[in-house]
Amino acid sequence: MKWIRMKYTKSYNILRDGISINNPIAIAVLGICSSLAVTNKVENAIAMGLGVTFVVMASSLVISLLRNFIPSKVRMITYMVIISSFVIVVQLFLQAYFPSIADALGAYVGLIITNCIVMGRAEAFAVKNPVKYSIIDGFASGMGYALVLVATASIREVLAFGTFLNMQVMPNTWVNWVVMAMAPGGFFILGLFIWGIRQWTKNFEETI
Amino acid sequence: MNAFELFISSILNNNIALVFILGMCPLIAISTNVKNARGMGIAVVFVVTLTAMINWPIYELLKATDTTYVSFIVFIITIAATVQFLEIFLERFIPKLYNAFGIFLPLITVNCVVLAVSLFFVNRDYNFVQTTTFAFGSSVGWLLAIVLVAGLREKMHKIANPPLGLKGKAIVFFMLGILALAFMGFTGLV
Repeated sequence: MKWIRMKYTKSYNILRDGISINNPIAIAVLGICSSLAVTNKVENAIAMGLGVTFVVMASSLVISLLRNFIPSKVRMITYMVIISSFVIVVQLFLQAYFPSIADALGAYVGLIITNCIVMGRAEAFAVKNPVKYSIIDGFASGMGYALVLVATASIREVLAFGTFLNMQVMPNTWVNWVVMAMAPGGFFILGLFIWGIRQWTKNFEETI
Repeated sequence: MNAFELFISSILNNNIALVFILGMCPLIAISTNVKNARGMGIAVVFVVTLTAMINWPIYELLKATDTTYVSFIVFIITIAATVQFLEIFLERFIPKLYNAFGIFLPLITVNCVVLAVSLFFVNRDYNFVQTTTFAFGSSVGWLLAIVLVAGLREKMHKIANPPLGLKGKAIVFFMLGILALAFMGFTGLV
């Protein structure tokens, strides 16, 4: 009974919105740069997804707390400063505990700052909503982003290297598709993925 | 690598949009017609070159005081301030230019290309001349990519009828994929 009642709460709706109905990558087409550049290995995709989730949640929390004190004229630069401090936390954490992943991601960790998802949630949700819902919203958007990232990376890593999380899954006779590890493979796989999700959810765009 | 080689390589075989996959959000959102795409591209060339030239001495200063871990915050503040300054300056003194691409300026703060160029020169240890050349070349490469995509989209609008699920932004990924394949042909040029 409790589960059924939960379906009608605001938190549930926010979660569903972020993960499926308004998925930041598939429906809104935001945050593409990092999602293409880091998805040639599953472990990089997981690290990036968790990093972005953490940054969105933390910055939503802080921005929502300060929402009545930030003057609207300088709000963009305020968000930027808040977001970049959390990105520094992520980078120092990765360098300390997972140095190999930090090397593989390189400059892309710093580029979480300009990931449109983080800024978008701050501007569209955290400035007008209380702390509790802002955190849930940040978590939902981050997870929606991470799910697409991991799904894309699974296809690309299997085709490009014949491995999954660095374990051999394809037979030894498998010929690696080198192009999958590079930019064109990323574009094609993500394009197919977005096509699939839109066809499935019947969420079409009217314009060209 | 001398300056000219670096310039050519950052436009063609290391194109920042089609090889490093950066600046995708504005590239997909604004490439619906060539005129807007060109305006956005030229604004990006200005801002990227200017901010890289400002950020390089600032990073040297940070290195001298051993506080490089705050570089993200410093870079992003420089970029936001430059964009704000440029907007006010153009509106006041060159209104003609402001009307042409002033509306794109506020969007540039969140364009990954601007921050990425600043982060790349740190990673690759460029000197000032190399940084300026690299910044100018990369942004010209981005301008090239967005104009190419916008041209393709304009033509496609007239002749093709993509499936429902691919309408709008989704089909742009396939265009970018094909363009990226073509740009792989430049590998080994410089």
